[in-house]
Amino acid sequence: MRRVLAAFIGGGLFGAGLIISQMSNPAKVIGFLDLSGQWDPSLAFVMAGAVAVFALGYRFALRRSSPLFDKNFVMSEKVNVDKTLISGSLLFGLGWGLAGLCPGPAIVSSSFGDSRVWMFMAAMLAGMGLIRLIQHRNNG
Amino acid sequence: MTIVNFTPVSALIGGALIGLAATAMWWLLGRIAGVSGILGNAIGARGIDLMWRVAFIAGLLSAGAIATIAFPESVHFTMDVGYAGAVIAGLLVGIGTSLSGGCTSGHGVCGVSRLSARSLIATGTFMASGFLTVYVARHLL
Repeated sequence: MRRVLAAFIGGGLFGAGLIISQMSNPAKVIGFLDLSGQWDPSLAFVMAGAVAVFALGYRFALRRSSPLFDKNFVMSEKVNVDKTLISGSLLFGLGWGLAGLCPGPAIVSSSFGDSRVWMFMAAMLAGMGLIRLIQHRNNG
Repeated sequence: MTIVNFTPVSALIGGALIGLAATAMWWLLGRIAGVSGILGNAIGARGIDLMWRVAFIAGLLSAGAIATIAFPESVHFTMDVGYAGAVIAGLLVGIGTSLSGGCTSGHGVCGVSRLSARSLIATGTFMASGFLTVYVARHLL
């Protein structure tokens, strides 16, 4: 139960960070991605702030052999840079640049009431389900 | 190039909060706060694995709801695409992040923080793709 509560608080903090930094506003994200003419560097500062804190927090947590509320630290075991990583990142960047939304901000802004975000969310979930279905079939 | 709408202070504060949230998820649960992975892997999950994922997503939704109700002046939302654009972009984001195993949070924040080669390359690639997409969509089409 404490894991569920911790995850809820973690999500709440994460969402607050996205709203305060205005990353939940697609226009703000597009302002960063649009390099020609007028540029808004804010997104780089959001990433710098987040990376600075997590780079320390990540190492601090690893002084323990396990997380506080669970048995193991869970992390991707993939190390290879392959075509799937590159093609996936290219497709993600394409969708991100078109709408100005990525998964975190899309979930947060689902609460703002714009039905286009709900359509984005439904399509994103369909895409996530589709790839998992294909990968599951290929592995099974 | 001219700099416009730059908000460095709120960007750094918001970013630090995101880093704090990621630290809490890692320190308490031993999980990487990558939103696409937490959401995508909730599909087909069961028991406690499903519950903490849903709780994290509920936290994100609650932050949006609380801001909308309590601090409406803090909520800015402007999106330029219509329904068709939103659906196409959503599909691309869902497929892309599932193939590459992460998004702006999992690769961009968490992976870059621990200097993962995969995440550094993924972040450079989706950033370049985003820059190019906006250039083509806003200035060439």
